[in-house]
Amino acid sequence: MLAVDVASWALIALGSFFTVAGALGLLRMPEIFTRMHAASVIDTLGVGLLFLGLCLQAGFSLVTLKLVFLLALFFFMSPVVTHALARACLHEKIEPLLAEDRRPRGAAPTGVADDGRQR
Amino acid sequence: MIFVAATFAILVALALAIARAIKGQTVFDRVLAGNSVGTLAIMLLAVVGFLTERPEFLDIGLTYGLLNIIGTLAVLKFFRHGDLARDANEETGT
Repeated sequence: MLAVDVASWALIALGSFFTVAGALGLLRMPEIFTRMHAASVIDTLGVGLLFLGLCLQAGFSLVTLKLVFLLALFFFMSPVVTHALARACLHEKIEPLLAEDRRPRGAAPTGVADDGRQR
Repeated sequence: MIFVAATFAILVALALAIARAIKGQTVFDRVLAGNSVGTLAIMLLAVVGFLTERPEFLDIGLTYGLLNIIGTLAVLKFFRHGDLARDANEETGT
């Protein structure tokens, strides 16, 4: 019992750390795409480790099943929301901040998005 | 007590996300911060449920997660088209 408790405490502590780290990145990153990258840390490592630790605390019960449902929800829906947000940003012509542009010369500004729309 | 520590960590993260929502230069920063606030609220519900030994709060967390996703996608669609009832077929047809 003690080993399970220690493992769950470690997981909850790690999850809390990654949650704060992701939120810090959300506040301090320079532009929207890097902020999305920081926010996805909350959705993956933060939620994942924290809920795994709570699963160990709950034991084998209905509560664990609900936690697994929540984990599955985040596993599938967080990338969907992030993808939709990135597409919306690109549609609004918000360009990612690049140190150097490695795209072929002249290709990017007149490029056509993969759905056929002019960007 | 580890649950108290986790609650405080989530509250700090929530404050940082709300600061980004207030500061955010573009509307998408605010949408992203709003989505993160929803995620952190679910985590807070789960941890506080365990803290008070009433994990039934997880049901509310599940509902709130579904609402959060639908809300974010609806806001994004609204800002893309300026209309929630717009149909993709209608767009290509005319």
